[in-house]
Amino acid sequence: MCQVKVETNILEFNDDLATHNRQYFREQGLFVVNFMSAPGAGKTSVLEQTIQRLKTDYRLGVIEGDLMTTIDADRISALGVPAHQITTGTICHLDARMVHNALHSFPVNDLDVLFIENVGNLVCPVEFDLGEDMRVMVYSTVEGAEKPKKYPMMFHESTAVLLNKVDLIPYAGVSLDELQRNVREVSPATTIFPLSCRTGEGIDEWIVWLKAQIKTRQREAHRFPRTPLHTHSHHHVHQHVHQHVN
Amino acid sequence: MHEAAIAQGVLELAIRTSLQNGGGRINRIKLRLGEFRGVVREALEFSFEVVKRGTLADQAELEVETVKLRVVCAQCGECECSPRDYNFFCPTCGDPLQIIAGREMQLEYVDLE
Repeated sequence: MCQVKVETNILEFNDDLATHNRQYFREQGLFVVNFMSAPGAGKTSVLEQTIQRLKTDYRLGVIEGDLMTTIDADRISALGVPAHQITTGTICHLDARMVHNALHSFPVNDLDVLFIENVGNLVCPVEFDLGEDMRVMVYSTVEGAEKPKKYPMMFHESTAVLLNKVDLIPYAGVSLDELQRNVREVSPATTIFPLSCRTGEGIDEWIVWLKAQIKTRQREAHRFPRTPLHTHSHHHVHQHVHQHVN
Repeated sequence: MHEAAIAQGVLELAIRTSLQNGGGRINRIKLRLGEFRGVVREALEFSFEVVKRGTLADQAELEVETVKLRVVCAQCGECECSPRDYNFFCPTCGDPLQIIAGREMQLEYVDLE
C-alpha cells in the first residue's frame, strides 16, 4: 500500500478545457460574457435589450444554455444575431466541454462579442469556468433582499450584478437599498446596476459600462496582437479529454 | 446536482493517479473542500458512491476535509476566522476583506493497494 500525493484541483477536467476555450477566444479577439441567474430572473430579456443597443457597433453572437427547447435561441435569432442553443437535458449548468463542442458547429471567429447565457440556476453554474472574460449575474429584485446572503457564491464571483425588474419593487415590498447593501457586502468589488428590461430604466448605465469593458479588451488585443490561428490545438485537446474519460 | 459531475472528475483524477503509479486498487481518496464553494459535501459523497462502482475505486473511501472560510484585512491586518453574515467588509476599518482560505477544491492524495 502506498500514498500518492496529488494536490490537484478536482475541477481540472473542466478548467483545462476552459483555459483552452479562453486561449481560442483571445486569438479570435473575442470578448466573452457568461450570464448567470436563477430561472426567470431575466437573462434573455437583458440580452435582448443589450443586443439591440450594441448590434450596430459590434458583431455579436449568443450561445444559449437550457435544459430543454430552443425558445431562447429563437428569441435571439429574431433580433438578427446568430444564436446557438445547447440543450443540456438534465444537467443544471454549462461546462467548458459543452461550450467547446458548440464552437465546432457555431463559428465565432468573425464576431467581436460572444454572450453565453447559462442554464437558469442560482448555485451550480458558478463552479464551471467556461473560458469567459467576465461573469455577469442577473438577479430579479422580486426574489427578495436576503438572497445574496443565502446564496453568496454567484454574487461574489460576478464582475457585475444586474438587479432586474426594479419596476416591480413597489408591488413586491422589497427594499432596493437593503438588496444593494447585501450584494455589496457579499461582493465589495462587484458593480451593481438596478434596471428594468420592461421599462428600460437603468439599461443605458449598464450599456455604457459594458461598452467600456469591451473597449478595454480591444485596446489590450491591439497592444498584444493576436497570434496566428492554430486550429489544430482544438482537435488535440478534444482527443486529450476523451482519453480522460476512458 | 453538479456534484455528480464533480464526483466524476474526482474519480477520473484518482484513476489516472493510480494508472501512473502501477494501477493498484484505490483504498482512499482525500479531498480538501472549501466551505465557500457551491458544493454540498453530502451530495458529493452520495454521487461518488454511484460513480465509483465497477472501477479501480470500487472499494475506495472518500474522505472530505472541510476548510473554513477565512478572511484577512490587508489594510489594518485584523484577521477573523469567518466573516459574519458573509459581509466582506472589515468590521474595524471598513476596507474590503480578502479570502485566504475556504475556496479549496483539491484532491490531496490517494492511497493505493
